[in-house]
Amino acid sequence: MSNIILDISKIDMQFPTPDGPFTALKDVSLKIEEGEFVSLIGHSGCGKSTVLNIVAGLYQATLGGVALEGKEVNEPGPERAVVFQNHSLLPWLTAYQNVELAVDQVFSHANGNYKSKEETKEWIEYNLKLVHMDHAMHKRPDEISGGMKQRVGIARALAMQPKVLLMDEPFGALDALTRAHMQDSLMEIQNELNNTVIMITHDVDEAVLLSDRIVMMTNGPAATIGEILDINLERPRERLALASDIEYNRLRSEVLRFLYEKQRKVDHITKEEKISTKTSASVDGKVENNEAA
Amino acid sequence: MSITASSSESTTITATMIKKIAKLFNSLSHQLLMPIVGILVFLIFWTATAQNIDTSLGKFPNPANVFQQFSSLYQEHVDERVKAEAFYERQEIRNSDRLAKDPNYPVKVRQYTGKETILDQIVTSLITVACGFITAAIIAIPLGIVLGLSKPINNALNPIIQIFKPVSPLAWLPLVTMVVSAVYVSPEPMIAKSFLNSMITVTLCCLWPMVINTSVGVVTMDQDLVNVSRVLRLPALKHVQKIVIPASIPMIFTGMRLSLGIAWMVLIAAEMLAQSPGLGKFVWDEFQNGSSESLSRIMAAVIIIGFIGFLLDRGMLQLQRFFSWDKSVILR
Ligand SMILES: Nc1ncnc2c1ncn2[C@@H]1O[C@H](COP(=O)(O)OP(=O)(O)OP(=O)(O)O)[C@@H](O)[C@H]1O
Ligand SMILES: [Mg+2]
Repeated sequence: MSNIILDISKIDMQFPTPDGPFTALKDVSLKIEEGEFVSLIGHSGCGKSTVLNIVAGLYQATLGGVALEGKEVNEPGPERAVVFQNHSLLPWLTAYQNVELAVDQVFSHANGNYKSKEETKEWIEYNLKLVHMDHAMHKRPDEISGGMKQRVGIARALAMQPKVLLMDEPFGALDALTRAHMQDSLMEIQNELNNTVIMITHDVDEAVLLSDRIVMMTNGPAATIGEILDINLERPRERLALASDIEYNRLRSEVLRFLYEKQRKVDHITKEEKISTKTSASVDGKVENNEAA
Repeated sequence: MSITASSSESTTITATMIKKIAKLFNSLSHQLLMPIVGILVFLIFWTATAQNIDTSLGKFPNPANVFQQFSSLYQEHVDERVKAEAFYERQEIRNSDRLAKDPNYPVKVRQYTGKETILDQIVTSLITVACGFITAAIIAIPLGIVLGLSKPINNALNPIIQIFKPVSPLAWLPLVTMVVSAVYVSPEPMIAKSFLNSMITVTLCCLWPMVINTSVGVVTMDQDLVNVSRVLRLPALKHVQKIVIPASIPMIFTGMRLSLGIAWMVLIAAEMLAQSPGLGKFVWDEFQNGSSESLSRIMAAVIIIGFIGFLLDRGMLQLQRFFSWDKSVILR
């Protein structure tokens, strides 16, 4: 516990609903070290996004709070950049302009880190290069693929030089092959920048491959952190080599056991859950694949 | 041998050519032929019906009568211009004569006050509608953005908007007229009161679709984009400028197109009633005139009004196509 950058302490979250308050989170506490890559995993609807949005400042916790470098956060800000699940690029701007909007806002005289015109351009291009998007910088979101959009979204977040990078299922909407590419890219970037990252995922392999720690959440309502798994696999990690690695497979089955034995969804499928089966199916489908393999 | 080869070659060439021509013909028939057929059928129907309608001003005009009126209306315009030129020429000669006799003579230049031709009326109408519409847009779009951004303000103003929206221009006009003549008192008015009356009426009627569509565009904008703006901590003004306005541009233009259509319709009615110059007044004057030609002249004006309305809509559509980032929406 050397240098804690982010301290989530005793968070409760209640949403007001027509039939009284709904407790989504109960007593969630987590300390994250600088340069750490933490994955949040849990069944659909347990409250992962809620945790992330509270850290981002987009939601206000009902009880408890979040401190970044000892200072309490209660509004959104670029030092906690977010990569949203569905890219959320501004559709009327090119990839370059999307990053530029962020850079212009974050680097200014007022913030004491002003960049000149050339420096700004260089910095935008550097970040787009980092995510391998330098060839399509001047294309608009509707002219590039889903994976490329997500890359630009990551470049935009990285260009803000965040203290903590928050990612809500960044690759959830991508096909398996593209997702693997993106994971490799992300590891490569992590290798270079060593950012502090919180990432939500539904994908067990993705969590084990990328993380230093996996935070597993119990089912809601009143969800909390169930277990935390340290991933001490050596870096750089190689997806193919890991496939036959004993430690890797042990960690993976650990996560699977948590999700499908300890936190198995036993309750009957209600109307609400039928809506969310689309996302949970991807978890289930994944498991079947893994067991078959 | 070679002959057969070349001939078979030429047959394939002709075959492909025939195919191409057939294809071209096919697309032409869809794009051109069917509209032409439609128009022809309409003209026949019109001619047949017109014969059977007797009015106090004679038979209802048929297409041929109306077509004739187009050329005579144009001829009147040309004649009028010739007269005007002659008037100015005479005036200049007179003035220079007087100046020659008496160098201290104060030169008077009088405006030619002839009859306004249909082309003059068209220009007046277009200017009026443009002024009314632009005034409305300047008020409506910012108001729509404010309503879209602030729920309390929206809740406060929505009932008022919903009540004023369906009001006919004819109901507004007397009020506007009275208010204008009470408020706008100047011995030598720069802008004619009748122009103001019809312009303000147009503004009042085409305000609402723009307000409503703009606010809907702002409200329905992607919440993720708002979150991006929040994470970037964009100041309020920049948020509106960089996120809100571009995001709602498609809806803003939808509102503008609706409004322009309404503006044009309202204008004609307002001009008729307010006796302000323009196409509406032309129609009214012809109606009052009651000559044997009146009906066909009115019918010609109807066609002109429709055609200009169509062109305005197309123009707006082109603008929308140009400005809208959302190219996936089929605009028609
Ligand atoms: N604004 C809100 N108002 C009311 N209830 C909400 C709101 N946001 C989330 N919830 C509820 O809180 C719970 C947690 O939601 P959350 O979106 O955090 O889940 P999640 O773990 O991110 O799910 P998924 O994996 O499907 O994205 C859910 O039961 C959801 O219905
Ligand atoms: Mg979520």
